[in-house]
Amino acid sequence: MNKVQDATKEYLKKDIPDFDTGDTLIVSVLVREGNKERVQNFEGVVIGRRAGNSLDASFTVRKISNGVGVERIFPLHSPMISSITVKRKGKVRRAKLNYLRNISGSKGTRIKEKR
Amino acid sequence: MRGLIGKKIGMTRVFNSIGHSIPVTVLEVGPCYVTQIKTVNKDGYDAVQLGFLELKKKHTTKPLHGHFKKNNVKPTRTLAEFKSVPDFNYKTGQIFNVSLFSEGDFVSVSGKSKGRGFAGTIKKYSFSTQRKTHGQGDTHRHVGSIGAASDPSRVFPGKKMPGRYGNKTVSMSGLEVVSVDESKNQLLVKGSVPGATNGIVYITR
Repeated sequence: MNKVQDATKEYLKKDIPDFDTGDTLIVSVLVREGNKERVQNFEGVVIGRRAGNSLDASFTVRKISNGVGVERIFPLHSPMISSITVKRKGKVRRAKLNYLRNISGSKGTRIKEKR
Repeated sequence: MRGLIGKKIGMTRVFNSIGHSIPVTVLEVGPCYVTQIKTVNKDGYDAVQLGFLELKKKHTTKPLHGHFKKNNVKPTRTLAEFKSVPDFNYKTGQIFNVSLFSEGDFVSVSGKSKGRGFAGTIKKYSFSTQRKTHGQGDTHRHVGSIGAASDPSRVFPGKKMPGRYGNKTVSMSGLEVVSVDESKNQLLVKGSVPGATNGIVYITR
């Protein structure tokens, strides 16, 4: 482990599930409204991950909301993410699914389930 | 002690209690040894000389070795002077470490910036490039005009021109100390710090 990673070891989360590009996730995000805190879920397909499992790592989740594509980039180790649930494992042949942005319709965007 | 010598390790991020991502630079600071105490009577000014990174005797030059021997301290790779705190009892061989700093302190960090060699005005001063097409010859990254015609008949002093860029001492002040780890001799400082990884930096309060 290099010294930079070693210095920030205590900030790493240990309960991150094993997920990869193409998987469908439910990401629970803590939202602060004044003094209140509530959990908001964001469900979608992971279209990319970067920086491995390091503290700098992040992942992009894409969903279609009311016919509009919405993408959110989450820092993997952010304390604002209360939980990550893998809903479905996807079978894909690429590391980044940026092609999903250019295609429309339900058939094209469908990802086969990994068995 | 007003400051310490350290080494830049690299950059990463940490998260604070409300979930904000803070960019931090990891610095390896100290332990620094007092190698010489300068006084007004003897040297004309008050200062403390610190040494950082221990060295084998065979890697020191003879004059430096004599200096270390005279003050009866271990040889070190780098030496730097800091202003001494009045009425503080310094001794040669005394050790200072990261515990000098605490979380929430504001420090200034200086170091040697990355040398870029002989650089043009676009890299050095962020000048705009010229057009790539529309009849340009070879003038894409040129300086352009450096002044008017026969009226001043000269180039004004201070005109920004190509030349050596970087490899100069740069200071960043008001950097917040995010965390201090005494066991690892590490300091996390908010923001960036001059110089390359493994470069020597001077941290002062």
